[in-house]
Amino acid sequence: MGELRLMKGNEVIAEAAIRAGADGYFGYPITPQSEIMETLMVRKPWEETGMVVLQAESEVASINMVYGGAGCGKKVMTSSSSPGVSLMMEGISYIAGAELPCLIVNIVRGGPGLGTIQPSQADYFQSVKGGGHGDYRLIVLAPNSVQEMNDHVGLGFDLAFKYRNPALILSDGVIGQMMEKVELSDYKPRLTEEEIIEKYGDWAHIGKPANRSQNVVTSLELQSEIMEKRNQHLIEKYASMQEDVMYEEIMTEDAEYLFVAFGSSSRICQKAIELARAEGIKVGLFRPITLFPFATNQLKELGQKMKGILTVEMNAGQMVEDVKLAVECKVPVEWFGRFGGIIPSPQEIVDALKHKIIGG
Amino acid sequence: MADIDIKDIIREENLVYKKTDVLTDNVMHYCPGCSHGVVHKLVAEVIEEMGIQEQTIGVSPVGCSVFAYNYIDIDWSEAAHGRAPAVATAIKRLMPEKFVFTYQGDGDLASIGAAEILHACNRGENIVVIFINNAIYGMTGGQMAPTTLVGMPTATSPYGRQIDLHGYPMKMTEIVATLPGTCFVTRQSVEKAAAVRKTKKAIRKAFENQKAGKGTSFIEVVSTCSSGWKVNPVKANEWMTEHMFPFYPLGDKKDCEKDPAEDYEKYMKG
Repeated sequence: MGELRLMKGNEVIAEAAIRAGADGYFGYPITPQSEIMETLMVRKPWEETGMVVLQAESEVASINMVYGGAGCGKKVMTSSSSPGVSLMMEGISYIAGAELPCLIVNIVRGGPGLGTIQPSQADYFQSVKGGGHGDYRLIVLAPNSVQEMNDHVGLGFDLAFKYRNPALILSDGVIGQMMEKVELSDYKPRLTEEEIIEKYGDWAHIGKPANRSQNVVTSLELQSEIMEKRNQHLIEKYASMQEDVMYEEIMTEDAEYLFVAFGSSSRICQKAIELARAEGIKVGLFRPITLFPFATNQLKELGQKMKGILTVEMNAGQMVEDVKLAVECKVPVEWFGRFGGIIPSPQEIVDALKHKIIGG
Repeated sequence: MADIDIKDIIREENLVYKKTDVLTDNVMHYCPGCSHGVVHKLVAEVIEEMGIQEQTIGVSPVGCSVFAYNYIDIDWSEAAHGRAPAVATAIKRLMPEKFVFTYQGDGDLASIGAAEILHACNRGENIVVIFINNAIYGMTGGQMAPTTLVGMPTATSPYGRQIDLHGYPMKMTEIVATLPGTCFVTRQSVEKAAAVRKTKKAIRKAFENQKAGKGTSFIEVVSTCSSGWKVNPVKANEWMTEHMFPFYPLGDKKDCEKDPAEDYEKYMKG
């Protein structure tokens, strides 16, 4: 059993990063995630593990610091909230293009624009469909508890290095700000210079010894034939990520109806299931944990057995498109959500199920 | 007269100049008369002379020198437009024993990357910045830069830069010299042998500063762009001497070796 604590989701991200053996964090303050950098600055991990923590002049700078750090074969990360993550889109595209591993945390708030500082899930499209320019995908993890905020930091780094691809934790102000019991991960030592040379010496810019050719981290390729091959390689890499797809099913064995929800919405759906089942409505929950790769096949198999599916999201209906594609529109799929920083109540969700699916 | 074979001339004792091995044999893509090739050579020579080829990481910009990595045989990061100082910040902080430098043009450093360069200098990041100022966007085809002189015609200021329309040319070197994080700030050029030697001396000093952990060293090289300026290389040098040097005066703007404490105290007193 690891160390048990009562902690805020944002604080756990900071603690988990230190324990995961992260080499660097680069960030810029923005509500509702500033506790991540604040916690790190109080913890002073540079004295403990040697981890670098730096407040950058902007999100643009912090994501480019991540680009520089990741290019060294180091375990580096940043965190922000929606408007800040929008500013990072250029850098994220470059990181994906140069195939660098890193971790990005988005504690989502409502938009568009400056929007609201209240929780939202409106950055689903931006996270899973690209967001920046060019054909690329991020590995997207959607924690629904403070415990998973801890777990997804280590998991995110592991997947990022496995695929040499940026990983993004898509959380929101609810999970970032709420306190729950968490079992912290054990400390993992940071890699030594020798270990980095051994593991990543074939691509990282760590100083060119006389016996090898240059390592150049770049996303640039002006020869179309080579660039197309590079794109092809990326497409194949993204497809191969299916082997790491993660999802959770709750009370689906006897279910006639299905909620599909991720992150904090999935927690509210669990209460809605209780309320619905008390009224005799057999409803279960399918929760994608990785939003990319998406559990398309698993949802297709389960979903097509249902009388109807309600996707519950704190946005104007984004993941619902992927749910419809997964079940190939063979069963009715509807969306219910609140936005602007409003969190739906469990009863609202049950009412929407009755209205839009059962009675519909 | 006896026959002299070329091999009799090419002997160790006759060697007066040799291309540094830190420069690759790739044919440079730069236009005739461009200053980049000379500055690349100087950076490569300094790296060789200091014996730091295995410890040096370069950060190339977006602009004509985006492919600097094809010519200087070290490890490189190719940064997004203007972001090289942020990229270099992380590389140096995560690997403080390495030598890290950025190589940036005027569009990259003074326009889109103004925030990144100012804050890297303000934090006193222990890096070297090589800033090529030819007063124009070369790669995209001769558009106006923040450093374009008043009255100077470009593709986006075809009737010449006008202050009321485009604002004033920016003197980045003077600006970063005011920041306490910089230790060595100088403006040089490479249009003649004496100037080339001075610039090399400045680059060497900058890398030595980094070795000693002194903070940011910033070297502007006032440069030509004969393609962008639409003149031949000889005319470009003449034009630079006549028009650029008066506005961008050469020489050291700051050298912490000479007076470090006083500068800082002055700044902190306000």
